[in-house]
Amino acid sequence: MLATHGDSAKLIAGGQSLVPMMAMRLVRPAFLVDINEIDALKFVEIEKDAARTGACTRQRTVERDDGLAARVPLLRRALAWVGHVQTRNRGTVGGSLAHADPSAELPLVARVIEARMQLRSAKGTRTLAAEKFFSGPMMTSTRPDECLEEIHWPVWSWKHTGSAFTEISVRHGDFAMVAAAAQVALDGNGRCTRAAFGLGGAGGTPLAFPKIAARLVGTRLEDEAIENAADGAAKESDPGGDLHASKEYRRHLARVLAARALREARDDAKRQ
Amino acid sequence: MSETLHKVGVEVNGKPREGHVPARLSLVDWLRDELRLTGTHVGCEHGVCGACSVMLDGEPVRSCLMYTVQANGHRITTVEGLAQPDGSMSALQDAFCETHGLQCGYCTPGMLIAAQGLLDSNPDPTEEQIRDAIGGNLCRCTGYQQIVEAVRLAAERMKK
Amino acid sequence: MSAFRYIGTKRRTKEDPRFVSGQGRYVADVALPGMKHVALVASPHASARIVSIDTKAALAAPGVLYVLAGDEFCAGTDSLVTGVDAPKLTRFALAKDVVRYAGEWVAAVVADSRALAEDAAELVEVEYEPLPHVIDPEKAMEPGAPLVHPAHGSNVILHKRFVWGPVEEAFANAEHKLAFRATWGRSATVPIETFGVAAQWNPGTEILDVWASIQMPKYPDQVAKALRLPGNGVRVHYDVDVGGSYGVKRGLKHTVLVGYLAKRLGHPVRFIEDRLENMRGGDMQGPDRFFDMQVAFDSDGTIRAWKIRAVDDVGAYAGRAPFQLGKPITAICGPYQIPAVEYDATSVLTNKTPQEAVRGFGQSPTNFAMERCVDRVAGFLKMDRIELRRKNLIRKDQFPYTIPSGSSYDSGDYHAVLDKALAAVDYPALVRARDEARKAGRLAGIGISTCLEPSGGNSAFEVLLNPKNETTTWMDSCLVRVDLAGSVTGVMNTSSAGQGHESLVSTVIGEILERDPAGVRVVRADSLTALPSNSPVGSRMAIMLGGAAAGAAKKIKETLVAIAAHNFECSPEDLEYRDGNVSLKGAPEKRLTWDQLVEIAHRKFHRMPPGMEPGLQAKFVWEVPTGGGLPTPDGRIQMYPCYSFEAHVVYVEIDPDTGKPRLSKYVCGHDCGVMINPDIVHGMTYGGIAHGIGATLYEKFSYTEDGQLAAGTFMDYLLPSAMEVPPLAIVDHCTPSPLTTFGQKGSGEAGYLGAPAAIAGAVNDALSPLSAAIEALPMSHLAIWNAIQPKRAA
Repeated sequence: MLATHGDSAKLIAGGQSLVPMMAMRLVRPAFLVDINEIDALKFVEIEKDAARTGACTRQRTVERDDGLAARVPLLRRALAWVGHVQTRNRGTVGGSLAHADPSAELPLVARVIEARMQLRSAKGTRTLAAEKFFSGPMMTSTRPDECLEEIHWPVWSWKHTGSAFTEISVRHGDFAMVAAAAQVALDGNGRCTRAAFGLGGAGGTPLAFPKIAARLVGTRLEDEAIENAADGAAKESDPGGDLHASKEYRRHLARVLAARALREARDDAKRQ
Repeated sequence: MSETLHKVGVEVNGKPREGHVPARLSLVDWLRDELRLTGTHVGCEHGVCGACSVMLDGEPVRSCLMYTVQANGHRITTVEGLAQPDGSMSALQDAFCETHGLQCGYCTPGMLIAAQGLLDSNPDPTEEQIRDAIGGNLCRCTGYQQIVEAVRLAAERMKK
Repeated sequence: MSAFRYIGTKRRTKEDPRFVSGQGRYVADVALPGMKHVALVASPHASARIVSIDTKAALAAPGVLYVLAGDEFCAGTDSLVTGVDAPKLTRFALAKDVVRYAGEWVAAVVADSRALAEDAAELVEVEYEPLPHVIDPEKAMEPGAPLVHPAHGSNVILHKRFVWGPVEEAFANAEHKLAFRATWGRSATVPIETFGVAAQWNPGTEILDVWASIQMPKYPDQVAKALRLPGNGVRVHYDVDVGGSYGVKRGLKHTVLVGYLAKRLGHPVRFIEDRLENMRGGDMQGPDRFFDMQVAFDSDGTIRAWKIRAVDDVGAYAGRAPFQLGKPITAICGPYQIPAVEYDATSVLTNKTPQEAVRGFGQSPTNFAMERCVDRVAGFLKMDRIELRRKNLIRKDQFPYTIPSGSSYDSGDYHAVLDKALAAVDYPALVRARDEARKAGRLAGIGISTCLEPSGGNSAFEVLLNPKNETTTWMDSCLVRVDLAGSVTGVMNTSSAGQGHESLVSTVIGEILERDPAGVRVVRADSLTALPSNSPVGSRMAIMLGGAAAGAAKKIKETLVAIAAHNFECSPEDLEYRDGNVSLKGAPEKRLTWDQLVEIAHRKFHRMPPGMEPGLQAKFVWEVPTGGGLPTPDGRIQMYPCYSFEAHVVYVEIDPDTGKPRLSKYVCGHDCGVMINPDIVHGMTYGGIAHGIGATLYEKFSYTEDGQLAAGTFMDYLLPSAMEVPPLAIVDHCTPSPLTTFGQKGSGEAGYLGAPAAIAGAVNDALSPLSAAIEALPMSHLAIWNAIQPKRAA
């Protein structure tokens, strides 16, 4: 269908982002391709080093899955910030990723832990890393005839893996002004063996900072090291301004929240 | 009318209902205008106020963000379906009357759906959990105080 | 030990059962056979000349009946009237020749469904020639500013200055003076139900039937006038449930538009605003004003006088907004013994969406400015804010207390309510918690406000602000009837929007007749059968409708006693009325029961006193207590009759790194005299506080430089949810009013009138260690961070 109709057809999953835009007549597809009833797109599979979710898995299913919470802890943490109960009961994991709002929670998680998106078209499938998948504000590298089919979420195998997700929004459940996610792993002596962190709402896509995170490896994730990392991330980010937050305010929040997320992830890792 | 009509079969408040609807007809509009179940209300049509909340297969969702055709084959419960089989009020509805958890009544059906959804999965919620569960239902009359009291009262009574 | 049997007790309301069952009947639930639907075409420009409107494509669209534009509509109807002295200001639902704000309605499409009407609305081609516009009220007052209504000659539609008492002398002699600006952001009470109206013209009876989500006085009259129908040519059905209003649902322009279409097209027509139409073009935005405050005071904290210069940006048309500058005159010195006040009020036009009446009618913004002033005096003197208030608050032995502008406060004990609030919140513990938080590096503050809620409603501000508009009648009414079966029905004469009027009326009638209110039914007349009413505005219904229901019930009671007296051949003084039965004092076996008396009244004319009308019904219509007067030449007048009082205490912590505020403890001490139904009163107070939280921290109708409404959806206009409103506690006090039937005062605006002042005080208290302050609402996260940031960097 997508191949036939091109731009005048749009996929609809949970509709939590698409339908408001259609109601306001900002988006006017002639055809909606409803993928909600495709069972093959709704699943949670936990494997050794990855967890896979079907694109149409409801956010609440992912949120409630204890197996996923243990293997990909950032998902449950992030979902606590996503909209409200009604949003998550209908919204899908794939839908949020495909919508690619740079301040949305799930795209940030995908970017930080380097999730991979599997896309399907009539011609076959291909997989894109999150970094390549998100191409701009509300834009992905999905081709017009492709549908996001499933997401591979990497699992970290270290015992002392900790994670954190935090954001500042005006009201509970609102779009984040800035969001931050972090995941760190410590060895038995408390030294960082791996780190990943990122920011939402601080650029045209969700941002991750692998180079800065790499410099945290080998440290004990002391507050000063974390402050430096957060500082570096804030300097690299490129937030916009709008009614609720100016550029300067967002850049400031970026630094504050990146540091908070890293500290909380470190403390979480120590507790494991 | 030149729009194509699609046949749908939806179980609404326990009864099978049929419709022939344009693809763009929202679920809330079908429930209200075709089925004349006017208890579900429209407040914003962009998924923020929660007044349109109904149960979809037992879980609260915003019916302004669903098209009727998407409800085909599913179960919908509206506020009219919350009463007990003998027609008397549910414990939750009665609790709302006891604490006066409403004034103009416009947000109330959506609020009841959200609260019932909470109690169905969490029979002993904390105040924080109650507020979170109704966090997607805006009210301009009550300041939420007597609503939270109603949900707590209902939980207590349902325990017995 | 209560003096009352039903009044003041916990009672379930009559209204709640139908709403929890989804059986409310709102205007969008009214389906008339053959009904057509309306969608609007709105101006994208803040100011422009309409060059042409091409409706051909729209008319040809599927399901479309008609497309109406301004030329036809403005010729076929009369302009809505404005109460200010600005005769050149016309106002219609559709623009003619020019548009004056972005969102103003230019054409109306009528079609078989709302969706088809919207499809067609997109096909209407309007050519505009943009004109200069003005968004800032101070710029709008400068010479050379673009004129919103050139025929009026300026953008100022009202300017009045009052001086009550020896103001200049006080300023000359006082030891200290302060001046600052407090700004109230443009917000409104935004109900979850938008405005809607359905109308049907019956050519056989020549009546226009109207169903609407309406809350306003003189609605049928103004609709009839604009439609050039006789006064009795419009029948408004007041039994439509209104999904919240809090002042704003005065959809006159919508009604005239729909009424015109219904009559013109010969079909019932219904228009329900969608949220986008409502926010931009519904004309229901609220006060948008700044206050230049000057205060004169002594070192011991005595406030000698203050000068209040209020400038309000009403938007592109007048509406009721100018009068929202006048109502606060009724409490222009707040609850304080301030003997001299100067008040300078200006209403300015700009190219923005017009304002409508908002809960409190201007009192909340004014209370906010006055309380900020009091806090600043305290800060200047390094005096405790509570002690300063205690010193200046009117004392309980001073009532009735006449304020400089002429109103007399009926009763009160402000110190007691303040004490109760402080005790309930455990103020010393709160101070300790704040100080601990500060030591730990957090920003923490306590806010306190002591504010009045004038109640009873009296339009004396209309004649005060515009002497050409001599209007002094502000009445309400009730009819009580007992039918042949002995059941009681109360008939009220206006619509309700959640205030529990059916419960109010049945409780009052039950109290007087000593019959269970559960058995009293309350219905609403329509506007052709209704007794006069001024509708629920100005926190007036407990007083006015309650008083009317009591008055009518008393007449019924007197009639029953008179019938018994006639039958026992004695005088009424020899008789005792109990629970509806009447017996001889000292000989209780000689009695006539309720059922017997009812039967005599309805069926046994031969046993009726001579001259008494048959049946058992009574009406009561009355004027607001203390009303009916005109202002003195020096601008003094008694406005509202009764004064409720509230003392708020609230605790806030602000994250110094993010600017995020979090309210966590909230107590409101409240005195509205005798509460007829405590649950209802508390409910409205909680709701008012939530409205106040929204106005102080979250809500603003923001405009761009281009005059575009930037906050036109619920994604940008942010209403507080249950996560933003903390648990709220109310502690009650009762100083009955000597002016009302049971001592009740009004309480429909409670909470909203004191919350913004208290929350603003709390935020400023939290920022004070940084020597930062914010005097503009809303105090958004960004505004708080902008206030904190420079101080922390320093």
